[in-house]
Formats: sequence, C-alpha cells, structure tokens
Amino acid sequence: MSYSLQSFLIVSSLLFCLGMFTVLTRRNAIGVLMGIELILNGAGLNFVAFSRFLQPSQTASLLSGQIFTLFIIAIAAAEVAVALAIVLVLYSQMKTIDVEDFKELRG
Amino acid sequence: MLGPQTVKNILWLIPCLPLTGAVVNGLLRRRLPARLIHIIGCVTVFLAFLVSVSGFISLLRIEEPHNRLLIQSLYQWLLTVWDQGRFSLTVAFRFDPLSATLCLVVTGVGFLIHLYSVGYMAGDESQGRYFAYLNLFTFSMLLLILADNLLLMFVGWEGVGLCSYLLIGFWFSDLEKAQAGMKAFIVNRVGDFGFFVGLMLLFWSLFEGSNGGVSGLGFTELRQAVPLLASASPVLGVGVVTWIALLFFVGATGKSAQIPLYVWLPDAMAGPTPVSAFIHAATMVTAGVYMIVRLNFLYLAAPAALTVVAVVGAVTAFYAATIAITQNDIKRVLAYSTISQLGYMFLAVGVAAFSTGIFHLVTHAFFKALLFLGAGSVIHAVHSNDMQEMGGLKKYLPYTYLTFMTAYLAISGIPPFSGFMSKDEILWATFNSHLSVPGLGKALWALGLLGAGLTAFYMTRLVALTFMGTFRGGADEEKHLHESPLVMTIPLIILALLAAVGGAIGLPAVTHLPNLLHDFLSPVLSGHGSSGHEVHAYGLEVLLMLVSTGVALSGIGLGYYFYLKRPELPDQARARFAAVYRLLLNKYYVDEIYSALFLRPVLKLVALSGLFDLQVIDGAVNLSSKITAKFSFLVGWEDLTIVDGAVNGVAAMVQRWGDWIRHLQTGRIHQYLYSVVLGLFGLCVFMLLF
Repeated sequence: MSYSLQSFLIVSSLLFCLGMFTVLTRRNAIGVLMGIELILNGAGLNFVAFSRFLQPSQTASLLSGQIFTLFIIAIAAAEVAVALAIVLVLYSQMKTIDVEDFKELRG
Repeated sequence: MLGPQTVKNILWLIPCLPLTGAVVNGLLRRRLPARLIHIIGCVTVFLAFLVSVSGFISLLRIEEPHNRLLIQSLYQWLLTVWDQGRFSLTVAFRFDPLSATLCLVVTGVGFLIHLYSVGYMAGDESQGRYFAYLNLFTFSMLLLILADNLLLMFVGWEGVGLCSYLLIGFWFSDLEKAQAGMKAFIVNRVGDFGFFVGLMLLFWSLFEGSNGGVSGLGFTELRQAVPLLASASPVLGVGVVTWIALLFFVGATGKSAQIPLYVWLPDAMAGPTPVSAFIHAATMVTAGVYMIVRLNFLYLAAPAALTVVAVVGAVTAFYAATIAITQNDIKRVLAYSTISQLGYMFLAVGVAAFSTGIFHLVTHAFFKALLFLGAGSVIHAVHSNDMQEMGGLKKYLPYTYLTFMTAYLAISGIPPFSGFMSKDEILWATFNSHLSVPGLGKALWALGLLGAGLTAFYMTRLVALTFMGTFRGGADEEKHLHESPLVMTIPLIILALLAAVGGAIGLPAVTHLPNLLHDFLSPVLSGHGSSGHEVHAYGLEVLLMLVSTGVALSGIGLGYYFYLKRPELPDQARARFAAVYRLLLNKYYVDEIYSALFLRPVLKLVALSGLFDLQVIDGAVNLSSKITAKFSFLVGWEDLTIVDGAVNGVAAMVQRWGDWIRHLQTGRIHQYLYSVVLGLFGLCVFMLLF
C-alpha cells in the first residue's frame, strides 16, 4: 500500500502542535523539554517526508532531507543532555523545577 | 733633536699643554695644595716652551727657507658644498717662522712670568683660579698664534679678550677692579666687532658667486685670493681689500690698545702685577701686531689702510708718551709706555717693515716684562703704587734695581741695548718709507723721534722717583723694605740678560752682519717688505742713529736735570704750565669724553629701552593675556553648555529609553514562548495575506 505526502504532513503537524501545546502549558521544566522533543520530531518527520516524496526522478534520489533529520536527532540528544544538566543544577539551587519560579533574569 | 715630521705631529701640544694646566688647576683648585698648583701652572708652560724650541730648531734645519712651514690638521671643522664652490675649515696649526718666533716669546716670557707669580701671589687664597686663568690666557694666545685660518684665529682672539677680563678683574670684590675688567672687555668687544665685520666682508667677497676655487680661510689660500679680492667691485667707493684691512685694524686697535680704543689698557693694571706684565709683554696686546703681520699680503694690497695704520701708530706713540710724563702711579706710567711702544710697532708694520715690527715686539716683550715685574717687585716691597711714596729704593732692592736699569736703558734707546736696535730700525724704515702721501714718512719719523725723546724722559723720571734720592714713604714702611724672594728675582735676571743682548737678532745693516730675524721671517712676508736693508745709504743710517741716540740721551739728561739735580724744577714747571699739566694728568680727559659721548647716551638708551620694555612690551603682553582670559571664559561656557550638554543629553536619552525597554525582559519563560508563537503566527498570516 502506498501513503501520500499529505498523510505524513498531517502526522508531522499534529506532532508539532502537540509539542507546542505541551511547551506552552507545562510548568514543569522536564515537561517543557519533552514538548520540545515532540516539536523537533515533528520537524524531522516533515523533512523525511519531503525527502521521500519530492524526488527529482524515479532513479535518482536526494538524501539531504534524511541526513538533516539525522543531524536533528543527534543535536536534540545533545540539547537534552545539556538541558537536563541545567535543570538538575536549578533544582539543587532552588529546590524546584517550576519554570514560573525562575525570574532572576527579569529586566 | 726631533725631526720636522715629528714636530708637525706634536704641534697640538703647544697650546694644549697650558690648556691642560688650566683645566686641572681650574677644576681641582680647592683640593690641590698651593705647591702643586704652582708646579702644574709653570711646568705646562715650560713644556710648551720646550716643544716650541724643538719646533724652532727643526724649522732651522730645513734648508730651503720657503719650505719652512709645518701644518698639522687636526680635524674637519666645517664643510659646505654648493653648486658654485665649496667652503671648508679645518682645525689646523701652522708653524712657520712667524708663529715660531711668537710661540717662543709667549711661552718663554710667559714661563718666566708664571715663575715670578709663584712668589708674587704667595699667600693669596685663590691661587688655583689665578694659575688656571693664566694658563688659559697662554692657551688662547698660542691658539691665536698657531691658528691656520682666520676663524680659528678669531677663537683665540676672543679667548685672550675673555682671559684679560678674568685676570684684570681677578680681585673682583673690589668694585673698581671689577669695573676695570669690564672696561677692558667692552672696549675689546668694540674692536672685535670691527674684526668680525671685516671677517664677514671677507667671507662675503670670497664666497659670493663663483670665487675662482677658493675654498677656505686658511692663510695660504687667502694669500692666493688677494688678486681676486683686489679685483672685486668697490664698496662705497673704497676697495674691498682696503675695507677688510681697515676693519681688521679696528680689531687690532682694540686688542693692541691704539687710538681710539686704548682706554682699557691703563686701567688694566687693576689686576695682579704679573698679569699686567703678561698682558703688556707676551700676550694680548701683541695680537694686533701679529695679526697684521700675518695678513701682510692683504695689507700690502691696501696701501691706504697701511698708511692709516702708520699714522695711528705714530700718533699713538707720541700721544701716549705725553700722558706718561705726568702720571704718578708706577704701573700707569708703564701702561702708557706700552701703548706708546705698541704705536711704534704699528708704525713699523704701517710702513711695510713687518719684520721690524715683530723685532720690536720681541725686544719689547723682554724689556716690558722686565719693567712690569720689576715694578711688581717694588710694589711688593713698598705696598703702594704711588711713586711719590717711593724713592731711594736702590739701596734696599739691589737686584731689582740693577735689572730695572737694564730695561730702562733698553726702552730709552741707548745702544747697544735691545730697545735701541728695534726702535732705531723702525725709525730708519719710517724715514725711508714710500707712503702714498709725499712727506708723510718724514713727518711720522719726526713724531716717532719726539716720542723716543719723551720715552727717555718719562722713564728717567720713573727711575729717579723710584730708585734714586731718599725714601719718602715714612719710617714705618722703611723698616719693612726687603728684596723679593729668589723665585721673583731669577726671572728678572734672565729677562735682564735678554733685554740687554736681545737686539743681536736684528743687527742694523751698517754693521754688515746678517739681520737674523729679518732673514728668518722673510719667507712669511710678501716680496717687498722692507726693513731699510734695501737702502744702502750707510752714512745716512749712521747719522740717523746718532740723532736718535742724541735725542734719547737728551731726554735722559733732561729727566736727570729735572728730577735729581733740581728737584724743585718740576713743581715750578707744573705751576707755570698748570693747564697743560692738568690736561696731561687727566689723560686729555679722554675717559670723560668717552663717558659723555658713548657711555651716558648708552645708559640713557638703556633706561629708555627699559621703560619701553616695561610700558609698551609688557603692556602689550599683559593686554593680550587679559584678552585671552576673557575669550577663554567664553570658550569655557560654550564647552560646558553646548559640547558637554550634547554628550550628556545623548547619555540621558539612552538611559531613559533603556528604562522603558527593560520592562520587556520579564524573566517569565512562558511569556517569551507565547510571544514567539504569536510572532510565528503573525508571520504566517503576513505570508498568507501578501
């Protein structure tokens, strides 16, 4: 069976919106990070789908979209590692990981 | 003995040895003991004398007289090159018969005076300074003599002027003596100004435009440049050579104390007596004569200037002798006699008998040094300069008396003493001279002869008042009369021998013996400089000799009659010719005339320019400062309000805006995120709509 590009785009935009929703509504810092992961995965799925469906011809293939996604996954992993470390330090300093409480950098 | 090449390489030692002494004594004068100061002061000059002697001997050993010239170039002083020529000056010393003769006199007589000073200055607290000045004086004079170009000579020329100032005003705490020093310096400056203008005129006429390859002021080059100068276009109707010669002569009248710039010399006895001897005999006053003889080629190209020199010389010789008759200060009499004798030297060079002028310079150095040192010995004993407080000293000062008498006979012109030889040669050369004005030679001769008679008269007066008769200074003083120490009498004896037989270096032609000095000097002098030797009129020469001897003897006889035989006669004569006496006693009121003519107007001008300075120049300066202060006030206001205001305004504006904008930074993450989403949404809407 074959799927059309639109179905992929629908799934990816669903992922993006769910991620955005999570980021905007969660007050827990871990939750926010999870939301960011969803957004990134939505974007990655979008790249792969376009890479798969927008080939210039049947014989030649253009892999740059899929390679881009690999980079996104790698960078997301690194980003989460750094972000979790920050969250840990924040918790040890402030005894909370509620993002609403972090207002030190207010102007 | 040293060869010419060696001597050439050690010429620099002659001036530099006394310079070393001056530096050492000058810098260490407070640390060194007096004995060491004396040794340094005397030995350096004596060594310079030895070098001069060996140089003199090696000159004599050069066979060809025209090769008797040693020049040591030390270093390049100046070098300028332009499209039409070049100008270069080297510091070089020139040792030829003329400078050799002068070096021997300056270092030889100078050494004796240094030696004498050891005794005379004993006990003075600033002997280091004294000997340093004396050595510096010797150095300057030797530099003047040995210089190979005019500019280096001018350095020495100024140096002796400075040293004479320092030594005349040696006891500067006495205002009168300090003023005498200043007078010497200022009068010399007037003369030096003439010399310097002459130097500039010479430079200008040699180096203006194309100059035929002349490239310096060395004497050899100048000699070759004379035709070029002679062909230059006249300035103010008088030839350039004549101008230069006259201007140089102005310098000579200052240094050598001729009319009208002689006034400093009589006051110069304010210094210690050996200094007077040094100034009058060995250094300083002979500089002018030496300069003219050195530039004889220039003067021969300017007969008019030579005539002026001869006339000034003869008039000075007579004029100064008349003043000397009435003076009571023993050193003052000798000072005027120096002026008079210098007049003879200028008379000699003025009639182009250059070697005769140098001859008289040499013999005069001997007997005048002796006279001054003898006078110093007398003053040392009597503690007074006034001859009216002396008398009968021959009993107490036998050596001084005997040596003084030798000098007295020499200066009076009694044969065969040295003074007779040289003075008679001058008179003979004057008699035979061919001056541009007919009959002038004979007139100058008569003037010179009269002066010689006066010289014999006033010297007899001096000797009679000092050594003859009875002591007039009071019994207390009489007890303290004593002969000077050996270190003072030995120079006197040596000089007495020289004064007696020194004439042998220039025997008159009638003796058929060679005139050694004339032959020795002839390579330096241009062609037809005559000493009377060319005229072989022996009968006439003998006659003139008899006449001058007769005049001298009658002068002595008159003096003897007036001051020893009939001591009341001078008082009668004084009463009879009161006006003349007063005129002579006050030295023709020349000092007063100069004071009224030059000094007072200058002082008035000084006061006026002082006033001008205070009122006008200071006023202008103060006004400008006031204006500046007002203006700067304005500028300050502008700076504070406008410039600073703009800067502060910008700063305040940034601060206000910052205050307002910082409220965007709330620190709430969700707010940021919402705004991001809102921005994204806005962007999408924007793209969909347009």
